[in-house]
Amino acid sequence: MLEVHHIFKTYEGKPLLNDISFTVAEGETICLLGASGSGKSTLLRIIAGLEDSDSGSISFNRQDLTSTPPHLRDFGLVFQDYALFPHLNVNDNVAFGLRMRRMEQVEISRRVAGSLEMVNLGGFGNRSVTDLSGGEQQRVALARALATRPRLLMFDEPLGALDRALREDLLNELRGILHQTEIPAIYVTHDQEEAFTLADRVLILHDGEIIREGTPADVWTNPESAFVAGFLGLGNVVDGTVIGKNKFQTGHGILTVKCTHKHLKGDKVHLLARPLPAEKEANVIRGVVSDVIFQQDRFKITLDNGLNVYLQEAPKVGERVAVRVKVECLA
Amino acid sequence: MSRTINHGDTETRRLFDFSVPLWLSRILLWLLPLSFLIISFFFPLSRILALTFNLSTITTENLQLAFSVLTFTFYQATLSTILTLLLGLPSAYLFARYNFHGKSLLRVLTAVPFMLPTVVVAAGFNALLGPRGLIHTLFPLSSFNFIGTLSAILLAHIFYNTTIIIRVVGNALSSLDPKLEGAARSLGADSFRVWWNVILPLLRPSLFASSLLVFLFDFTSFGVILLLGGSKFSTLEVEIYLRVLKLPNLSLAALLSVTQLVCTLIFSILYSRFTSRSTAQIAPRSAESNIRKPGTLRERFFVAAFIFLLSSFFLLPLSSLPLRSLFRLEADRGQRGEVQYGFTTDYYTELFVNRRGSVFYVPPIRATLNSIGYAGATVALSLLLGFPAAFALAKPTRLEKILDPLIMLPLGSSAVMLGLGFIISFGAWLTSPLLVPFAHTLVALPFVIRAIQPAIASIPERLRQAASSLGASPLEVWKNIDFPILRRATLAAATFAFTISLGEFGATLLISRPEYPTIPVAIERFLSQPGGLNYGQAMAMATILMLLTIASILLIEKFRLPNSGEF
Repeated sequence: MLEVHHIFKTYEGKPLLNDISFTVAEGETICLLGASGSGKSTLLRIIAGLEDSDSGSISFNRQDLTSTPPHLRDFGLVFQDYALFPHLNVNDNVAFGLRMRRMEQVEISRRVAGSLEMVNLGGFGNRSVTDLSGGEQQRVALARALATRPRLLMFDEPLGALDRALREDLLNELRGILHQTEIPAIYVTHDQEEAFTLADRVLILHDGEIIREGTPADVWTNPESAFVAGFLGLGNVVDGTVIGKNKFQTGHGILTVKCTHKHLKGDKVHLLARPLPAEKEANVIRGVVSDVIFQQDRFKITLDNGLNVYLQEAPKVGERVAVRVKVECLA
Repeated sequence: MSRTINHGDTETRRLFDFSVPLWLSRILLWLLPLSFLIISFFFPLSRILALTFNLSTITTENLQLAFSVLTFTFYQATLSTILTLLLGLPSAYLFARYNFHGKSLLRVLTAVPFMLPTVVVAAGFNALLGPRGLIHTLFPLSSFNFIGTLSAILLAHIFYNTTIIIRVVGNALSSLDPKLEGAARSLGADSFRVWWNVILPLLRPSLFASSLLVFLFDFTSFGVILLLGGSKFSTLEVEIYLRVLKLPNLSLAALLSVTQLVCTLIFSILYSRFTSRSTAQIAPRSAESNIRKPGTLRERFFVAAFIFLLSSFFLLPLSSLPLRSLFRLEADRGQRGEVQYGFTTDYYTELFVNRRGSVFYVPPIRATLNSIGYAGATVALSLLLGFPAAFALAKPTRLEKILDPLIMLPLGSSAVMLGLGFIISFGAWLTSPLLVPFAHTLVALPFVIRAIQPAIASIPERLRQAASSLGASPLEVWKNIDFPILRRATLAAATFAFTISLGEFGATLLISRPEYPTIPVAIERFLSQPGGLNYGQAMAMATILMLLTIASILLIEKFRLPNSGEF
């Protein structure tokens, strides 16, 4: 089990990571989700040992790794730009880590073939890595990291440089491989779709802090803060003032929200109005349609007051609509 | 061993960081290359300056002579540049806009002369157009003089430098957005207006830059002028050589050297100004869409005519040389009675014979061995000095950024001037054959550094990190990542140094001992002697040198990193 304890890091005088702690259990995949500049890649590099933290510690199975150099940590790392060795062919790239471990040639060949098979690159062994497509290069990088059977796998935005269709394919393969090998993994991305597809647990990083942690379903249903709701694009975040029990004054009228937080009258809060229509809800969003966007199985409607709703039938621009939606209190 | 690997880390630091403080490792890196430069370049330079700025040197008479020499140097360089543009611009257009069979071959052919030693080019033109050359001996009635004329010099300069125009202007032309041309036409511009108002203004930076580069090469040209024109064409280079070896006057030679150095420095600064400005202008896009097959009759005529012109212009001198070295076309000196005309290998076998009354005290083939020995020493020395400097310059500190142009400075000073500096400074050691590889290293070092440094800088830190996350220790990272990647660049740099040393003419002519001639020096001496046998041997030697050089060029091309750019 990987344990990250109270990691602090400043970069050029500015705080980059601020008291980061979390664990990765046996066979668990966690995703560090955050915008660029949130410090997620730096955190990964600190875990890999490629960078030092200012304070805090990293341990694996209770063994402190803080002063262990990267090549002795046995953590696999997959980079966004693949970092394949251009002077070695596919086989030799995948075999690199095994050679470093002074393995028998027979065992090396067996493992290289196995790893390439696992990423669907059987028969590619003698190709030059510079002749491969982006997707194939990333598969080689993955095979290279898998071949040593590391005790932890780390991915730094591995699919960022690939186009959408390829990204989906690789993501599903990766999901299968992580399940099959049961190697614990940390996956860094800014793409929530990737994070929610892969993760057993999602950690949302913002301004150097973990602001939300939980299973994808948990995070989705309870974003718990205006930032997370906005970052995940869950719906309309509306400012409101508490005017009574479960009553909130907003710019869109008085909304009734069942709220378990302990608010006082006059408190400023954020409310989340989910854009999907829900028949039995008490709150109604009203407005004049200013834009209609087709989105495969629905239409995304933008109203003149800035709110969004999803509808099955497209209204006309200029039409007045009223939609019942679910509203939550984000505190 | 420190384990810090963060953003600001340099590979030099990691490689040499065996608990040595940073400043100390940098000093260790610079120790050898800087001492070498100080001893073999800056010290001789200071001696030249001291000799120049001396009341007995700066006389009206000397200044007048320097001025007239400078004027002629300017004149011939300007004329050569204009003529080179006349051939180069249509050729650049040909390569940038048209597709035709054998295009890449023709492009290589136009580029080969640029790498060839001056003696080879001079010998090639001699073999074709000289008084003993193919045309003269095959058509005895033609009675034109070529060797010893200004035209010979100009022709050889065009031969050398057309490739610069083709590459620089051609690249700019093929990266022009064809939509601009279409836009201008749709706005009512005819072909002439499109060129005058759109294309030429966009090409201007590359035109200036390439012309300046050509001018710089013509301005400092030595071997071509001496061997094809003769010493009556006194450019700065030739005059320095004369004032060192033939009509000794070292202070005048020093004055001319300083004049030369000041001029080349000004041109080099102008050149780097232009190149730094000319980059951002044009949006990069695929060069393909500009290129087409010649369609109209006029286009086809233009393409065919230029293919013929270029291939004969570049092929004839280069092929005359080996041809002439294998055919006896006239009687040898002192040869009476029956003369065997036609195919012969005599010129080559004669190279192995030590004849009394020959130009040398040793069999001429020794020149080849000397050259290879000098070249080997140059390779070793320039790698030894170039590697640490390239490592330091791959990620330079602020101070080291100042050192960078300093290292390149020997490039700006001419070879003849380097020779002069050696003579003034190390006169006592002139009997030693050791000076030659030192002079050659001075010329080769900038190229070696420029070949290795980008390779070092091009190794992404990610590769090292990937290797270390796969379990490679810092030493294993160097062994498995840095070293194999640098091996190609090192071989390319070594081949560069080897080629430069083989062909170096100006400095060697001044400082080599008569009993240790190099191939270029031997060719010069053969050419300056009467007799068909001497001439034939010059051709044979030049052919050997040409083949060695072409083999080296092919090797460099093979080792060169992809995308490492041109010039």
